[in-house]
Amino acid sequence: MMRTIRKLSLSALVLVIAAGSGAVIADEDAVREWRPSAANNDVTNLASLQRGARYYMNYCLGCHSLEYKRYQRIADDLELPEDLALENLAFTGDELADMVKIAMPPEDAEDWFGMAAPDLTLVSRSRGPDWIYNFLHSFYIDDRTVAGTNNRMLDNAAMPHVLWSLQGLQKAHYDEEGSFVGFETVREGRMSHEEYDRTVRDIVNFLDYVGEPIQTDRKRIGFWVLAFIGVFTFLSYLLYKDYWRDVK
Amino acid sequence: MQNKSNQGGGTVGDWINDRLPYRQFVEDQLTGYYAPKNFNFWYFFGSLALLVLVIQIVTGIFLTMSYKPSADGAFASVEYIMRDVEWGWLIRYMHSTGASMFFLVVYLHMFRGLMYGSYKKPRELLWIFGMLIYVVLMAEAFFGYLLPWGQMSYWGAQVIISLFSVLPGIGEPLAIWIRGDYLISDVTLNRFFALHVVALPLVLIGLIFFHLVALRQTGSNNPDGIEIKENKGPDGKPVDGIPFHPYYTVKDIVGVGVFLALFFAIVFFAPTFLDLFLKPANFIPADPLQTPEYVPPVWYFTPFYAILAAIPDQVGGVIAMGLAILVLFAMPWIDRHPVKSIRYRSFLYKALLMSFAFGFIVLGYLGLKPATTLYNELALRFTEFYFMFFIISWVYSEPRSRNYYYGAFAIVVALIAVIDLVRDMAGISWIALLVMIAVTAFFLLLPAHTRLNESKPVPERLTS
Repeated sequence: MMRTIRKLSLSALVLVIAAGSGAVIADEDAVREWRPSAANNDVTNLASLQRGARYYMNYCLGCHSLEYKRYQRIADDLELPEDLALENLAFTGDELADMVKIAMPPEDAEDWFGMAAPDLTLVSRSRGPDWIYNFLHSFYIDDRTVAGTNNRMLDNAAMPHVLWSLQGLQKAHYDEEGSFVGFETVREGRMSHEEYDRTVRDIVNFLDYVGEPIQTDRKRIGFWVLAFIGVFTFLSYLLYKDYWRDVK
Repeated sequence: MQNKSNQGGGTVGDWINDRLPYRQFVEDQLTGYYAPKNFNFWYFFGSLALLVLVIQIVTGIFLTMSYKPSADGAFASVEYIMRDVEWGWLIRYMHSTGASMFFLVVYLHMFRGLMYGSYKKPRELLWIFGMLIYVVLMAEAFFGYLLPWGQMSYWGAQVIISLFSVLPGIGEPLAIWIRGDYLISDVTLNRFFALHVVALPLVLIGLIFFHLVALRQTGSNNPDGIEIKENKGPDGKPVDGIPFHPYYTVKDIVGVGVFLALFFAIVFFAPTFLDLFLKPANFIPADPLQTPEYVPPVWYFTPFYAILAAIPDQVGGVIAMGLAILVLFAMPWIDRHPVKSIRYRSFLYKALLMSFAFGFIVLGYLGLKPATTLYNELALRFTEFYFMFFIISWVYSEPRSRNYYYGAFAIVVALIAVIDLVRDMAGISWIALLVMIAVTAFFLLLPAHTRLNESKPVPERLTS
């Protein structure tokens, strides 16, 4: 039963995307040039991390687990009180001490998408934050794929454009030689370009943090360690100079 | 004193010393061990290598407390260490950074030996123990690299083990014997863990012990390459020597401070070190069904990997790579020039050694990059130069006649030509070939007609 419903909702998504692409009117002025750029996210920005966590739980966690990550750690690091964390992060009925797992069985995922959605705990370390940022920006309509969309960063991505209701739908434009120029919005989403850009950056920021939760603390501690070693080295230099006065 | 302590008097130190002669040991090894007084920057790396060894052993012990050596659990246990173990991230980053720093320190230590002729008589065995340590260290690093069980771990090990399988006849059975399976699996991971954690560290410590015993026997060389034992004062101590302790202990502590500053700057601020120390693909769990597009080795293996890849023939490549390491063992018998230190060697020898070091770094860079036509050509030429270094060093060992240089030049050029003939003629870059001939002429014809290969006089006493 559940399976049929999911299948239906997926085909509904494809239908909507197809409908959107039907309404395409070529307008060269509307083409925005696009090329990959840096994410410029800031893992010390707590508000951004909290927003990113919420977006992730609502839009990504349906398919993508964070299997090496505990809800509790997210709540602690993002300074979320326990009740808020339970309500906003672990709303699937998990305990805070649990790892962030998904309910979708991998076999079903393979059935629906051709492959199980990868775990994203370490995606910011293997692909890098910039890649995720550009990936989430560059879905475009492509009738030849099962999902109805394709992606500039990952050709023939099995993943559909999950954030389409936020970003809207865009079409890729190419010049006469067939090289990519940019995107044209063919269906507005709920967010403006700026709002969507911020949303994507928040998600990237959250994933960057999840990839290496210690990174902010690590730099803070590192400063004091180096300061200590600096003093130690200076004193040992004075000791050395003193001992070596009589050599030669 | 002996009597006094036996009668129940004396200090606790006396009591212990009567039963364990530690005072004699300290006297022999530290306070009575005379080292040349002119050690420079390059002489820090021996003690630093010992420091990194200690860091690796201590952090390694703590890592094994939480690491699970199994194909199912290894990757997750490393993430567990990084996330849930108290200070686990620091221990792991120190161990991964330590691996790279070990090689950095050892490479600088070896280059010091090359510069000051520290491998020459009477220190041949000292050098050979050092080379054995280097080879065991490479094996240790290779086994350790599989343990995180990421994509690079898996496929890197796959590439290296498959090198053995190209050997004719015994190759495939040998590769299966090493893996313990037909492909890299849980069995392989378990045995690599045993070798990395128990077997090779024991071998390493044993070899380091012999390296130090041999050093104590011959005494340290120094930047002037003069034997300080040949110039002793009336008290029987070398005139140009100073006791290792306290002089070099306090000096080495300064080196330790500077090194630790660099070490922890990497650990805390750039633990992946531009993706050189920890590779992005290794944050993906090992997948035997999915080969990554490009599997570059870790940076400390890349010079030899470039030599392997430079030879179009697989078996030839493996042999060249093995030879590139083995030939270093023979250094004491290749370069027999009486002048040890680069300070007093000829202009041409200085140029030769510097070019060799430069070429080694270029090979290291090329080994990191995916192959292109240009890179392949460069790798082949720098491989040729790598081996030329040893031939020319041998030629430079004693005064040669003009005809000898002509002959050596002809032989080297002929060797280069044969290599070009054997490989695909269409692939030859004539410019590169001409450069190789010019380089050969520079090192082997200039000595016949100029005084550029004349050594400087070596002073009687240490300079500074």
